[in-house]
Amino acid sequence: MSQISESMPPKGGFSFDLCKRNQMLVNKGLKQPSFLKTGTTIVGLVFQDGVILGADTRATEGPIVADKNCEKIHYMAPNIYCCGAGTAADTEAVTDMVSSQLKLHRYHTGRESRVVTALTLLKSHLFSYQGHVSAALVLGGVDVTGPHLHTIYPHGSTDTLPFATMGSGSLAAMAVFESKYREGLTRDEGVKLVAEAICSGIFNDLGSGSNVDVCVITKGKKEYLRNYLTPNPRTYVSEKGYTFSKKTEVLHTKITPLKELVDVIDAGDAMEE
Amino acid sequence: MINLIGSESDSQRTLYPYVTGTSVVGIKYKDGILLAADMGGSYGSTLRYKTVERLKKVGKHSIIGASGEISDFQEIMRNLDELILYDNMWDDGNSLGPKEVHNYLTRMMYNRRNKFNPLWNSLVLGGVKNGQKYLGTVSMIGVHYEDNHVATGFGNHLARPLLRNEWHADMTFEEGVKLLEKCMRVLLYRDRSAVNKLQIAKITEEGVTITQPYALKTFWNFSAFLNPTAGAEGSW
Repeated sequence: MSQISESMPPKGGFSFDLCKRNQMLVNKGLKQPSFLKTGTTIVGLVFQDGVILGADTRATEGPIVADKNCEKIHYMAPNIYCCGAGTAADTEAVTDMVSSQLKLHRYHTGRESRVVTALTLLKSHLFSYQGHVSAALVLGGVDVTGPHLHTIYPHGSTDTLPFATMGSGSLAAMAVFESKYREGLTRDEGVKLVAEAICSGIFNDLGSGSNVDVCVITKGKKEYLRNYLTPNPRTYVSEKGYTFSKKTEVLHTKITPLKELVDVIDAGDAMEE
Repeated sequence: MINLIGSESDSQRTLYPYVTGTSVVGIKYKDGILLAADMGGSYGSTLRYKTVERLKKVGKHSIIGASGEISDFQEIMRNLDELILYDNMWDDGNSLGPKEVHNYLTRMMYNRRNKFNPLWNSLVLGGVKNGQKYLGTVSMIGVHYEDNHVATGFGNHLARPLLRNEWHADMTFEEGVKLLEKCMRVLLYRDRSAVNKLQIAKITEEGVTITQPYALKTFWNFSAFLNPTAGAEGSW
């Protein structure tokens, strides 16, 4: 029997081995494939009873709009939501991962998740990847200790703020916040201000566009308002509609339903153990 | 033999700016134009000069505001003053209006850019002549346009969105100043090279007024700022 050397079990996570090779290829002139980025406007603000998060819905791949109506407000826990800017895959993956970890933690402790827990899990993950996981997040939620709003940067630093904006449209949105935010806003004022800030990003930043998503989180309740505003409707639709050219003669029609309705016959034996 | 290919000593061209001014914001209002700019002159990350006048009168009908390299702005002013002087010497009852000055600036900036020796400025030019209001901008590469509200530098990202929402035709002087102060306040909060000492220049058919330097009121008393890590011990 020949000696088979034991190979190491595959380690999880990012392997930095190929980075040097990739850099060498770029230096030789290879064009790197572009990432699907969410060149974005995301905002959050703390109001009287909780937090309100807002986001636009455009996902870009370089100069092209890849998704006109994507969802950038991710579920973390029943009382915590997270907006993500940066590379779409990274924001999606990191928020899903931490959401699962929070659920397991809830089962373990038997308590509602706290925003700081999500914060710490996210920041330690991002820090360990030294900024290579390109996710800039606005994390907001209400837990037993009150309403919280945090921003998390790709390198793992965090801020705790009364109002925050991230993404390419963050300056346009921050201009609106800095001029209009005050403490003790009501729910309707807060939602109006968030929508205004996102619209400012949509109309003044090329990386942001389409619709406004809003999420209002208060003690014991959350409202996910998908497509709260749609200020960019498709206005031109050809009146001609779509038809086959008149010369096409219909010879034979057969319709095959893709979903077959099945009748349940209540005669069979139950599966034997 | 003339050395046709440039030698090492040829670096008389502007490669980077040294002493810089930050954003200028301008709007049209009922009676004319309002420009606002702060008075800081930064030397890299140091705030070196705190009383730099970046808003200047040009002839009878125009005002100019500049951001970018201050020495290049002083050069532009020398050229403009000479232009106005020659215009006055004609003594023909006619005088250069804002449109003409804007065009002169555009040609100057674009030609310098073509020689790879730019004047490292972004300029705002506003004025009123014969009841016609004019507000335009020129960048260091010669991009020029006119609009109801313009800004340079950071002002494009922070002030323009606010102006697009809140500017409307025929604002009164008080409304105009209030809107400009709102923009300058946001710039003060969010532009690292902004200083809290600004001037506002007004030009109407009657003439030019540039205010004395003054400071804006700022608000720092959000409860979250007092104890930011109340819920999240150990973070900031």
